[in-house]
Amino acid sequence: MTDHTVTDALPELPCQDLVEVVTDYLEGTLSDVDRRRFEEHLEVCVRCVAYVEQIRLTIGATGRAGAHPDALPAELRDGIRAAFRDWAA
Amino acid sequence: MSKPAETTAAAQADAAELRLVERLRGKDETAFMEIVDAWGPSMLRLARQFTPSTAVAEEVVQETWLAVLDGIDRFEGRSSVKTWVLRILVNRAKTRGARERRTVPFAALAGEESGGDFHAVAADRFLTEAAKYPRHWGSPLPRWEAQPERALESAETLALIRSAIDELPPAQRTVILLRDIEGWDGPQVSNALDITETNQRVLLHRARSKVRAALEADFASAA
Repeated sequence: MTDHTVTDALPELPCQDLVEVVTDYLEGTLSDVDRRRFEEHLEVCVRCVAYVEQIRLTIGATGRAGAHPDALPAELRDGIRAAFRDWAA
Repeated sequence: MSKPAETTAAAQADAAELRLVERLRGKDETAFMEIVDAWGPSMLRLARQFTPSTAVAEEVVQETWLAVLDGIDRFEGRSSVKTWVLRILVNRAKTRGARERRTVPFAALAGEESGGDFHAVAADRFLTEAAKYPRHWGSPLPRWEAQPERALESAETLALIRSAIDELPPAQRTVILLRDIEGWDGPQVSNALDITETNQRVLLHRARSKVRAALEADFASAA
């Protein structure tokens, strides 16, 4: 963080733009230059660090939120089993 | 270092897959109903994204299992059984949905939902162009990790996420469902939905941003 020679050479990335490329960053589709710019921003901006953390936590929580859909309706399950028995016969 | 363990785990998974295929080919009802119960609920939810009613989604799920049984002898194991089953499901659900609704195909929907202006975060949260730090955050963001323990794990929060997802437009909802709930990767999703990877990523970005915003609003009101 003491060496700003690289940072200074790059156009700056405002927070408002960072929040729009966070998915590209997480997907690994940013160009090398843009990824470096993104990471350098995070080194100096706790607000964006918190934002990226919120996105990561959102992704994890979304996975848990959808982890257990309701069981199949009994009628559908019975229908599938009946179809299996026809097929197996 | 972890190579041997990974290899062993992969080999075990392969062996389990082979056993499953053999049991299905052997008309083993227990094996079949185990995967129906394990994957069926996700399949129904997924089918529902493309179909106009639960009844039609249920038909798609039933037809998919029949197609699986009819195709099991020809299954070549180039993907996992589950991936193969879900691909059959998505194809059928898409075909059926297009026929039933006679509306725009999924790709058109996806195009619509990824076009136009989008703000992951409301513009008024940032400083103006005239500020010393233009377009930087106007106020600090809370660290969610500092939230009361398990706030993100609470049943209430998870229910809030589900309703935020329900409110998304259909293509965004389908993409976040496949990516962040079913755990598919980007190429799998763009292939199955017949959309470009860029399009897939834009839909995912918008969906995740909206779910985050819903959580933030909820945490802010609770604080």
